[in-house]
Amino acid sequence: MSDHEYTPKSNFGKWFNDRLPLLTLANHLTDYPTPKNLNYWWTFGGILTFCLVTQIVTGLVLAMHYIAHADMAFDSVEHIMRDVNYGWLIRYIHANGASMFFLAVYIHIFRSLFYGSYKAPREIIWIIGIIIYLLMMAAAFMGYVLPWGQMSFWGATVITNLFSAIPLVGEGIVTWLWGGYSVDNPTLTRFFTLHYLIPFLILGLVVLHIWALHVPGNNNPIGIDVKKPSKDTVPFHPYIVIKDAFALLMFMIVFAFFVFYTPNILGHADNYIEANPLVTPAHIVPEWYLLPFYAILRSVPDKLMGVIAMLSAIFILAALPWLDTSKIRSAVFRPLYRQFYWILVADVLILGYVGAMPAEGLYLLIARVATAYYFLHFLVILPILGFRERTLPVPLSITEPVLGGSSNLAAARDDSRLEKLK
Amino acid sequence: MKKFLKLFFYIFFLIPFLPQVYAAEKVEYLTTDWSFKGLFGKFDRSALQRGYHVYTEVCSSCHSMKYLSYRNLAQEGGPEFTEAEAKAIAASFEVTDGPNSDGEMFTRPGKLSDKFVMPYENVKAAQAANGGAYPPDMSVLVKARGGGVDYIYSLLQGYEDPPAGVTLDDGVYYNKYMYGNKIKMANQLSDGLIEYSDGTKATVEQMSKDVTTFLMWSAEPHLESRHKMGFKAIVYLIILTILVYFSMKRIWSRIETKV
Repeated sequence: MSDHEYTPKSNFGKWFNDRLPLLTLANHLTDYPTPKNLNYWWTFGGILTFCLVTQIVTGLVLAMHYIAHADMAFDSVEHIMRDVNYGWLIRYIHANGASMFFLAVYIHIFRSLFYGSYKAPREIIWIIGIIIYLLMMAAAFMGYVLPWGQMSFWGATVITNLFSAIPLVGEGIVTWLWGGYSVDNPTLTRFFTLHYLIPFLILGLVVLHIWALHVPGNNNPIGIDVKKPSKDTVPFHPYIVIKDAFALLMFMIVFAFFVFYTPNILGHADNYIEANPLVTPAHIVPEWYLLPFYAILRSVPDKLMGVIAMLSAIFILAALPWLDTSKIRSAVFRPLYRQFYWILVADVLILGYVGAMPAEGLYLLIARVATAYYFLHFLVILPILGFRERTLPVPLSITEPVLGGSSNLAAARDDSRLEKLK
Repeated sequence: MKKFLKLFFYIFFLIPFLPQVYAAEKVEYLTTDWSFKGLFGKFDRSALQRGYHVYTEVCSSCHSMKYLSYRNLAQEGGPEFTEAEAKAIAASFEVTDGPNSDGEMFTRPGKLSDKFVMPYENVKAAQAANGGAYPPDMSVLVKARGGGVDYIYSLLQGYEDPPAGVTLDDGVYYNKYMYGNKIKMANQLSDGLIEYSDGTKATVEQMSKDVTTFLMWSAEPHLESRHKMGFKAIVYLIILTILVYFSMKRIWSRIETKV
């Protein structure tokens, strides 16, 4: 929070600001003191905002041409691709935009895991983030259903059927979700409605996410509390704005490469076959960003337990601030946690890989081991590590390792990683 | 910065491996020098025109292309027949229209705005005429098959006698690239089956290549403008990124030497 009182210069500005302090807000956002050692992993917040806005804008245009009807949805998507001016561009941005959104959100989440950004006093930011992530998955799943291809239809069938695992009321819930006795037109229209609604819920939560962030301020690569404003901070504008802009442009180059040169590589070929309730595809595979959870779901032999495992895998993240017992935030000063962190990253990548493979033989075995390790990491390793780990001495301020004058200096310099992070 | 660049390159490096994650079965498909691949890929105009020829002469008796209209044949980035040629092509088909003021359906010669005439009235009729198998609509077929153009190209040339021990039912044929090797479409192409108006020799390989190019265009009619715009967009983004990078350096130099 800006500590000084802001008064607009012009009389009109004062008059307006007394009635609605928008100018104070703008001033807060530009002056917002930000730790000056934020590295590029911190630019993904801005990138994610860009992704959300891109999805909403392209989605609005698509919704003007799309027809949410089981008999016409597939045709209307082809109409967009062929006859709507630049329809192909808008659809490919939207479809690949979803993947880019998830790529960015995974980097953003793993950034938090590495630097302990979820720890006190930032638990609420973290939990809002998890809710946003859940809504993103719901929106992405429903969006994938809208083109009404084979994967749309069968993906929707598989995922909605998960609710039938709930004892007693399961079947009833599934019928209620479908609006009938199978995935059909009523399912499509309600998915379209919800797909249109959820992004605006996400937008609202993003505002809360940023609001909650601006109370304690940003965490930073060495994970210490910084005095604000001080030598350790820079004003958000222009320092962080220009850095975010640079990173965003790099991101957009990757994005553009997908959109213009390999627009269908992240999708499944079967989704260019119109939905047919009588023909089941050989392998029903979700989009890549849901694969780790799909692997967890399939690794448990019992349907209900599988669903519980999959949901726990997500909800366990919300409890993370209390599962991680270490007082030290940044993995830079936690030599053991750092190693477990990278094992977790590998574990999730492996889960993603086996999620795309048929659930049999060696793949199933790997999926089970990886699932077990995933829970072991959060439920056993993290709580114990906080008590057992010998952490490195943490510097008192961000400028300290540079300016010198502390007994912690040598230790901080010793860590070659720290040097790279700056 | 270095870390960030590393990530950037990892992502680029990983792109070619992505399809392999999805590919359930590995079959080596035949391939050829597709003109539309690569950053500046464009369709070979005469291959598209020949491909259309193969489609009408051979495929269209069973396979529909319901998302194409005759006007598309004259469209930029497509086979680019002249408008007069496209009109003549359209007029060579009988289109059912109506009902007229008497409430009757009638037939008339096709117009540019008409969709490609369908070989069958409906899916059931198509199945009845093809031993229960529905010849899929070919408009987006290339995108609807895992192997894409290489798969279609291979399939057309993949017919051979079944290996010993494989028995085929009546109306089922052996194709080494088909999923499960059994296909209900008989081999359609043979050398010299049709006569190209541009004098190109109509070998099986040539016809497969031409018709597959045509199918690629029908699945991605805006591929050429996509490639053109993509190159401009990426060059623009790279220049802007460099400019912003130096601005960033300059702004940060007020307080830090490194960003």
